[in-house]
Amino acid sequence: MATLTNAPALRRKARRERLRTLGFLSPWLVGFTVFFGYPLVATVYFSFMHYNQVQAPTFVGLRNWRYVLEQMPLFGPALWNTLWLVVVMVALRVVFGLGIGLLVTKVKSGVGFFRTAFYLPYLAPPVAATVAFVFLLNPGTGPVNDILGSIGIHAPNWFNDPAWAKPSLVLLSLWGIGDLMVIFMAALLDVPKEQYEAADLDGAGAFHKFRYVTWPSITPIVMFAVVTGVVQTMQYYTQALVAGKLASGVSVGPGSVIQPGYPDHSTLTVPQLVYSLGFQNFNTGAACVLSLVLFAIAMAVTTLLMRKRAGLLSADD
Amino acid sequence: MTATTALSAPSAPARPAAGRSPAPASRRRAALHWIAVHTVAIAAALFFILPFVFVFLTSVMSDDQALSGDLWPTEWNWSNYADVFNTPGFLDWWRNSLMYAGLGTLFTVCSSIPVAYALAKFRFRGRRAAMILVISTMMLPPQVIVIPMYLVWAQQLHLSGSLWPLIIPMAFGDAYSIFLLRQFLLTIPREYLESAKVDGSGEFGTLLRIVIPMAKPGIAAVALFQFFYCWNDYFGPQIYASQNPGAWTLSYGLESFKSAHSVNWNLTMAATLLVMAPVIIVFFFAQKAFVEGVTLTGVKG
Repeated sequence: MATLTNAPALRRKARRERLRTLGFLSPWLVGFTVFFGYPLVATVYFSFMHYNQVQAPTFVGLRNWRYVLEQMPLFGPALWNTLWLVVVMVALRVVFGLGIGLLVTKVKSGVGFFRTAFYLPYLAPPVAATVAFVFLLNPGTGPVNDILGSIGIHAPNWFNDPAWAKPSLVLLSLWGIGDLMVIFMAALLDVPKEQYEAADLDGAGAFHKFRYVTWPSITPIVMFAVVTGVVQTMQYYTQALVAGKLASGVSVGPGSVIQPGYPDHSTLTVPQLVYSLGFQNFNTGAACVLSLVLFAIAMAVTTLLMRKRAGLLSADD
Repeated sequence: MTATTALSAPSAPARPAAGRSPAPASRRRAALHWIAVHTVAIAAALFFILPFVFVFLTSVMSDDQALSGDLWPTEWNWSNYADVFNTPGFLDWWRNSLMYAGLGTLFTVCSSIPVAYALAKFRFRGRRAAMILVISTMMLPPQVIVIPMYLVWAQQLHLSGSLWPLIIPMAFGDAYSIFLLRQFLLTIPREYLESAKVDGSGEFGTLLRIVIPMAKPGIAAVALFQFFYCWNDYFGPQIYASQNPGAWTLSYGLESFKSAHSVNWNLTMAATLLVMAPVIIVFFFAQKAFVEGVTLTGVKG
């Protein structure tokens, strides 16, 4: 038995524990180094190189950085679209998700039906959901404009109109609000009932109850939804790409070289531009610069937001 | 975790009625409230359900009618679904999707459990830092690291044109799964683990015999999320499998379906439903685990 005086045995035990910890962590340690650490360093390296993936890379200093930040014609639109989507999509998703979450806690009959109905679209694979929405909102043959037309509403051209393409993507993402609905619903059901009763006794109206009882209790969850929403939207790719390609009517399959962002680059996002630079134009250096810009913005925004939500880590620490 | 079964459980019971019956005026107000809430709920439900309905109705229309903007099919062409299955490549994509999602899920679960267990229950220096690193990998847009990774897989390992560059990394832990599992394992009381150790069980034995059986709901949630992630993934297959149509997955191939039949919205919608179907069927069997996972990421912690 190890006693306080038995130093070698203690040390042996500590070493065994360290090895054990390393053993349990090893899958992640390897994965983190090989699939995160290495490529991140390599991305920085390639951002200073001219490299077309055929000839050996040559050092060009800051030329890629200058090109992307000062000259590249599509950098501005892509950055604008991504930030537009981050602000509008995240804000509307949180408001709408909270609204649906509230609604579902108020419903008395058919609760199971409503919850499932609101949740199901979240599960639809993004490509399938996008294909479906491009069809539904199709100005010529889509059912939505037909229905709107029959009740006298002149509907927009949705995915085919530069002014409406991004709002159409927002509509698509509101359709898949199920995950937010569930976490908001759980948070709303966790608000202590006594607080509502106390507010009732004070004669508080619905608005006051929401403002002074519900809101303070669900703020951490709202924060969580905003942070994860920002992270997801910074990566917004599949839906924008598929919607643009399908709506353009270009009869080309995956892998074809087309200018993304139809119509008029209105759905071109930064991740799409990274793909197009790196895998279609083989301008590895510029693609790496752009991905680092994306990374920097994502990190800046999330650390700013995470400061208020350090609790994510706190549970047992 | 009071609301983990939120999706399937009935709503919280109404507050018990006061001793005397309520006055007619307040009963009328309650009835109006009921009507208002349910009207809004039905309107919202239409927004969520109608797209499925229109997609389904179009999927059984004739070629001509699918282009007409009609809402209701004049004849029900169930053969559209057979046509989709007979499209060259479709069955291969189905098999590839199952392989990617199946192996990916298996690898992720097996490699993430020990890591999550160590992060939840071991006391060691750098635990907090490790957790922060896990979370920051969750934050990283995949586009940031994809180019060097692609070059390694394509030029050094010659594995592009297959799904292996997507499947193999899953044997080395997945940040999101580790995070979710850790949150779940935190809820297992330390006493269980300690009593197992008193009984002479090693750390690995404890994990196998005590922790994994207790964490089954959390593991189920992680497995489901990972399965759906792989099934839905578009970016990954686009990077690694696009050169080789034989390696495409359903999610990736679906888009080309439209081009192979550039105006056949009926077949495209049938294919769309076939891509959605497995996910929705699995959901109905595993609702509880799924919702538990969603709530756990958002509410716990």
